[in-house]
Amino acid sequence: MTVMIDTGNYIAAKAATMARPDVVAAYPITPQTTLVEGIAKYLKSGEFKGEYICVESEHSAMSACIGASATGVRAFTGTSSHGLLLMHEMLHWSALARLPIVMCNINRVIGPGWNIWADENDSISQRDTGWIQFYCSSNQEIFDTIIQAFKLGENERVSLPVMISYNAFILSHTSMPVYIPEQKEIDDFLPKYKPKWKLDVNNPITFGNIVLPVEYEKIRKDMQYSQENAKKLITKIAKDWKKKFGRYHGDLIEKYKCDEADYILLSMGAIGAESKVAINNLRKNGFKVGLARLRTFRPFPSEEILKISEQVDLIVIDRDISVGFEGAVFSEVKASLYGKSDAKVYGFIAGLGGKDVTYIDIETICKKVIDGKAKDCEWYGLEGV
Amino acid sequence: MAIKDLPELECILPGSAACPGCPATMGLRIVYKALGKNSIMVVPACCTAVIESLHPNTSFDIPTMNIAFEAAAAGASGVEAALRQLGKGDTTVVAWAGDGGTYDIGIQALSGALERQTNFIFICYNNQIYSNTGIQRSGATPYAAWTTTTVGGKTEFRKEMGEIIRAHHIPYSAQACISYPNDLYKKIKKAKSIKGPKYVEIFCPCPPGWRFGMEKTVEMGTLAVETGAWALYECENDAIIFNGKSKLILEKKIQPKPIEDWLKLQGRFRHLFKPKKDFKRLKEIQEHTDLVWERYRKCYL
Repeated sequence: MTVMIDTGNYIAAKAATMARPDVVAAYPITPQTTLVEGIAKYLKSGEFKGEYICVESEHSAMSACIGASATGVRAFTGTSSHGLLLMHEMLHWSALARLPIVMCNINRVIGPGWNIWADENDSISQRDTGWIQFYCSSNQEIFDTIIQAFKLGENERVSLPVMISYNAFILSHTSMPVYIPEQKEIDDFLPKYKPKWKLDVNNPITFGNIVLPVEYEKIRKDMQYSQENAKKLITKIAKDWKKKFGRYHGDLIEKYKCDEADYILLSMGAIGAESKVAINNLRKNGFKVGLARLRTFRPFPSEEILKISEQVDLIVIDRDISVGFEGAVFSEVKASLYGKSDAKVYGFIAGLGGKDVTYIDIETICKKVIDGKAKDCEWYGLEGV
Repeated sequence: MAIKDLPELECILPGSAACPGCPATMGLRIVYKALGKNSIMVVPACCTAVIESLHPNTSFDIPTMNIAFEAAAAGASGVEAALRQLGKGDTTVVAWAGDGGTYDIGIQALSGALERQTNFIFICYNNQIYSNTGIQRSGATPYAAWTTTTVGGKTEFRKEMGEIIRAHHIPYSAQACISYPNDLYKKIKKAKSIKGPKYVEIFCPCPPGWRFGMEKTVEMGTLAVETGAWALYECENDAIIFNGKSKLILEKKIQPKPIEDWLKLQGRFRHLFKPKKDFKRLKEIQEHTDLVWERYRKCYL
């Protein structure tokens, strides 16, 4: 094991290289660029031994990954914001084709106006594509989750693509120390991909031809079933990882100081990390607030949220907005509790467009709820609107 | 080589969902004979996605991956890269797309794959329309042709895809026609033998799309070549050679038949003949055809 001090993107490039993908197909977009540059460096140094396809668009990046994965090899890519949106059609395609591609998405604002900072609306709006979605809150978690993602997606009971999201600049361009296991340890944890079906001249199969309604519905139901399977597997893989490497970031959610809490804060990504500082301060000042950081948005950890809602009220911070309704996480948390819990849920929209959300802001949000001054759903920190 | 000398291999199995007289199926049958079974095919949205027949069955005896409309060349790039990683670089990767998936929505991914020197064959089976969606205009639709989106006839001339392809200076590109199976077979064989990106376009007269009887598919292709509406040629390392009757037309050894001979047999041009003859547009089409050949002579003779 070594310690590498580097940015989220270079750490992701390291993890992707150590997962030994056979094909990487990618197109540059800020703030993902240093991730693909990192892989290009590992290609030059010989550490990355796969094929690196510098495609002419993100749509083609995902299409090439689909071709590679269907041929039976491990495929990886990375993108952000508009790149992810351009891929949208192929995100659905890869999930329906049951191809365990792994992709990093660096959460960035969608234009216009042009803005390259952190905002989770890009990946939140890919909610229904069938992809498993992780949100990371540290560079170590990025590294560990990428390796775990291949293991998860390639499991026969899941067979779905996995997206690992992390906030633009706050993680993508910030250096942190990260423990890097030996290659052999990674290889032991993540053996070679052995697909059940693939494009094979000795067994000519047609993939994705016309399918009638009843059969199609079965495909959808099976995807749902696989996402349910993923819940158990995410937990198991996180535990196995802890046993082997001694690190644990939670399973579907990471619980932090939730014991004897009156309120539990739910957040994702970089705000999830900042929330820990806020919780420490709140606890120090006698406020009984805990944190449940969501690691996965799909599958959505509804059972866990229902469980933690016993005896507490919930505060949700969304770095996204489903325009015309409310924060997406807020909606899903309430749906998880519907008819089964008396917990009150308060929603805050914060940090869109990359607006800073500090631990002080998070403390202010929590105190507003504790003081009984919060509305059901509100925007935090906007003046004059 | 006579037709009877083509390999007996048949990769189109009984039970395909093609229309009677379908040129794509005719072309594909010859293409498969030339490719052999050590091949993988990538198919975007097009008639072939239907011809394959219904899940869980297939009418193709070659591993086939369907992919989204604009993504054939990119998907094939991924297959090709994966095969090399698996040590199976000898397998031929083929993208098989219609003219919509080539000229229009697929052109970006195609250009990218050619520029990256992807080792594959991109085959465009060109029936000059979006036929799978029910006869809409494409960039390959000729001037004055009726489609459901050009009701009075298309007001623009088609683009010259071959010239766009040649601007990539790939090792091999060719134009063929289903009416000349030997020529098509030879071109696919040659494409298969060359490393790097290859492009072959097959002219495919479509009975329901062009409004002619299903027994006339071959005749309609032959007439397209004989009138100069379509040219048979191949281009190896930037050197163009015209083939068959197209060579004779290029060298002015034969006079092409009047374009009207081809137009008048197709319902999609009926408005040029009935209720009264549209001399203006017929003249424009003939003049444009002549201009294209003059351009060919200037560049390639």
